[in-house]
Amino acid sequence: MHDNPSDPDDWQAPSGAARNYVLKLYVSGITPRSEEAIRCVTAICRERLAGRYDLEIIDIYRHPALARDGQIVAAPTLVKQLPLPLRRMIGSMANEERLLAGLDLRPRAD
Amino acid sequence: MVEHSVSAVMTPPGIAKCPTGIRGLDQITGGGLPRGRSTLVCGSAGSGKTLLAMEFVVRGVREFGEPGVFMAFEETQRELTDNVHSLGFDLADLVQQKLIAIDYVQVERSEIEETGEYDLEGLFLRLNYMIQQTGAKRVVLDSLEALFAALPNEAILRAELRRLFRWLKDQGVTAVITAEQGAQTLTRHGLEEYISDCVIFLDHRVTNQIATRRLRVVKYRGSAHGTSEYPTTIDERGLSVLPLSSLGLAYEVSDERVPSGAERLDTMLGGKGYFRGSSILVSGTAGAGKTSLAAAFVDAQCRRGERCLYLAFEESPHQILRNMRSVSYDLEPWVKAGLLHFHAVRSTLYGLEQHLVALHKLTDEFHPAAVVVDPVTNLLSMGVTDEVKAMLTRVIDHLKTLGVTALFTSLTSGGEATERTEVNISSLMDTWVLLRNLEASGERNRLLYVLKSRGMAHSNQVREFLLTSEGIQLTDAYVGPGEVLAGSARLQQMARDRAEVLTAQQRTARRQAEIAEQRRQVQSEVDALQARAAALTDELRLMADEEQWRYQATADTRAALESARQTDVNGEVKP
Repeated sequence: MHDNPSDPDDWQAPSGAARNYVLKLYVSGITPRSEEAIRCVTAICRERLAGRYDLEIIDIYRHPALARDGQIVAAPTLVKQLPLPLRRMIGSMANEERLLAGLDLRPRAD
Repeated sequence: MVEHSVSAVMTPPGIAKCPTGIRGLDQITGGGLPRGRSTLVCGSAGSGKTLLAMEFVVRGVREFGEPGVFMAFEETQRELTDNVHSLGFDLADLVQQKLIAIDYVQVERSEIEETGEYDLEGLFLRLNYMIQQTGAKRVVLDSLEALFAALPNEAILRAELRRLFRWLKDQGVTAVITAEQGAQTLTRHGLEEYISDCVIFLDHRVTNQIATRRLRVVKYRGSAHGTSEYPTTIDERGLSVLPLSSLGLAYEVSDERVPSGAERLDTMLGGKGYFRGSSILVSGTAGAGKTSLAAAFVDAQCRRGERCLYLAFEESPHQILRNMRSVSYDLEPWVKAGLLHFHAVRSTLYGLEQHLVALHKLTDEFHPAAVVVDPVTNLLSMGVTDEVKAMLTRVIDHLKTLGVTALFTSLTSGGEATERTEVNISSLMDTWVLLRNLEASGERNRLLYVLKSRGMAHSNQVREFLLTSEGIQLTDAYVGPGEVLAGSARLQQMARDRAEVLTAQQRTARRQAEIAEQRRQVQSEVDALQARAAALTDELRLMADEEQWRYQATADTRAALESARQTDVNGEVKP
């Protein structure tokens, strides 16, 4: 998982202080894609953000108004509300590299 | 342009229609957009796509009781509300009443990170949620193109859009989807591939610094529709399309007559005036009295309690009112009574289309019995002659269908044949009154002819057209050998004529006196001769008497002598 062992922690937390993550994962019902997204996100959170994250999983089928409030277009969408900048990761979260990049846990490859 | 007869457009279509409530659009589409299907509205920036979409929803609620959903990708709810406020739409209130739901969908490319397979279920749900909330029958997506910019995976997006349009159809809602015009294609992202039931194209172009808007129904599956480009305007009442469906010359005509406002002109027109619903052209050079004749016509209509619409392209209403008062046509009371409506704009203010749409709109709102366009030639400055003529044809057709009498004044520039109108519209006119200036002996005078008047016996005489403080007066012009005289020349000629008559009379009198004198002379000669004859007769008688007397005397003497001599002559001796 860590291609560059010296890097990630130093990079993602220059101050060394743990930044709190506020995450919302919007899924549309229990589909294989939703399940995959939930699995990937919770795994990342456990591994990389242990103790400093707040993850809320929302089923937009049951709470369509929340989809509206959260400006959700695609599903699944993971919204990183904090730390800023706000970012939306769309898709099944299977591409871990991009997911980490979106969470500012790793520099973008591109 | 291809003309569709009304019968084709109005044929009961095989598919149900969803009226938009937008002036003119429902007419050219034969009742509205295809119900339960999606319509693509495309055009360049600023062509009125959002307005059309918004009117579709708001008018849907207000005029047809159909709630609607507006999903905006470009403007926030607040911006939309402000934008349509000027059209008199209280969007906030309609949203409050849950008749309209607005959702601003914000998608920022910079915020988005793609992490795998996804779908647009979020969008579907939001749409569905609003449809559920309002019970919407109408849906607007304005415009989906924002998604192309925001979502990196076009393959997924296209698949999802396909699913979206199918889903909309399944929902039974009538949808309007707007899209930006592409360089070579109707839409930049080829949305016309997905929405093929009805495509409307809005065009916004600028020619000669004048912006014109056009609307074209590119296709409409399962329904006849007008295929022309229709002039379109955006004004304080929203979008309006001028439904220029030519009516195939099938309008009803009226035998009723309306007065022209000048009594003598009525006489020239078979004694009764113009036909109701006919088109009248008054042409002439500058200052020939066209506006006055128009004012007389307006005055006559208002006097009969009929409404008149006056389109002034040259003068302001006040100027017209003031000027016409000087020739005894006080139009102000009619304006106050609501019988006369002035629509005064500089013709160069906006494009030809807009003028015609305005005329259309005014006739629909004001229901005039007569319309005056003064002068129609000013419309020329904004288009190619053919175009203007085509437009005018349609306007005239429209007015004729409504049975509105239309009077057009046409300015003929000096040096041109007066029988030529600049717009070449004379063939469209039923009655053509020509005003001519006659310049002679240091003054200009006005002459009036009735060049043609279809369907009535009309005078072929030239009349002198006088603008007096008692209004328009027509008098017989002096028609002498090879010339027509008017004004003081006419008066001079008449004086000359009078003098000639007088001279002739005097000459006759003198001659009569001479002859009488001669006769008297002869008579006196006759008298003298007769006297002489009488004298001679007397003399003759005298002579005879004398002779008789002398003979008697001689005889007596001889007898006396014989007696004295006692001569017996021949034995006869007297005792």
